[in-house]
Amino acid sequence: MSWTTVADVVAAICLLGGSLLAFAAGVGLVRFPDLLARMHSATKPQVLGLILVLIGLALRLRNGPAVWMLVLVVAFQLLTSPVASHMVGRAGYRTGKVRSELLVVDELTADQNAAESEADARDAAPGL
Amino acid sequence: MSLHPRRRAVAVQWPTMLWLTIVWVLLWGDLRLGNVLAGLAIAFAVTVLLPLPAVASGGRLRPFGLIRLVAHFARDLVVASVQVGVQAFRPGPPVSAVIGVRLRSSSDLYLTLTAELCSLVPGSIVVEAHRLTRTLYLHVLDVDTAGGIEAARQSVLDQEERVLRAIASDAQLAAAGLGPVPAANRKRGVTT
Repeated sequence: MSWTTVADVVAAICLLGGSLLAFAAGVGLVRFPDLLARMHSATKPQVLGLILVLIGLALRLRNGPAVWMLVLVVAFQLLTSPVASHMVGRAGYRTGKVRSELLVVDELTADQNAAESEADARDAAPGL
Repeated sequence: MSLHPRRRAVAVQWPTMLWLTIVWVLLWGDLRLGNVLAGLAIAFAVTVLLPLPAVASGGRLRPFGLIRLVAHFARDLVVASVQVGVQAFRPGPPVSAVIGVRLRSSSDLYLTLTAELCSLVPGSIVVEAHRLTRTLYLHVLDVDTAGGIEAARQSVLDQEERVLRAIASDAQLAAAGLGPVPAANRKRGVTT
């Protein structure tokens, strides 16, 4: 068995595993109940799925310049995907797109309410 | 108005230039002298024409801390991806929570890095980051998978500790209440 066969088999495993994760991410996007849960689906399985697909691709291509390009794609995916999900999650939270009845604990809303009532108390008693 | 009045007009940012040149060479996939020089020229033009405030880290790179951070991150990425993937097929909605975690370090850089890594790994995404109180608010997808609220909180703090132990200076570690690792704890730290 030659090295090219080994590389091909590993490439096939990576491609299949990556596709499976990307599929799971897609199912999650459809099935999860609210925006924040969907963002989980868009970051974790999707990123690892993409990385696996690209590793499989690199093992199959075995060609310098193309492989370096794939390395860049992975690096930028890891850098940008959390930022994107954070921005979407934050915007969703601020515009009330979050279904708070699905949360068992919500410390952000609690802290915001506490800060607001503190400010109200200060306004009510300016002499203090 | 700029938040960073210390922004200098022509301070050549070598790390940024190096990074841009590497990206350029990787994009072309061609490591010849002409291409590297072209990359350097473009990196110079970008850093001079579109300057960004320098990132003040003042840290120190620790190779072992960095290896531990990267290895832990790779493992967490696989575990978290499989967990979310399985959750997608499980019947019934997940039991989610939004928790606030107060970090120990006050540096913007470490806050950003911790937030970024936490978004990718331990079953959480950052909803809000409050810089003045250095608090991260994270959404935990499934509280049971994360092992409870306190376990999720602890995993964020552990993540921050790994970031600090990888790139922070001794003074910054001490300021965050994390002394140098005693020899007895070093082994335990690798496995957790």
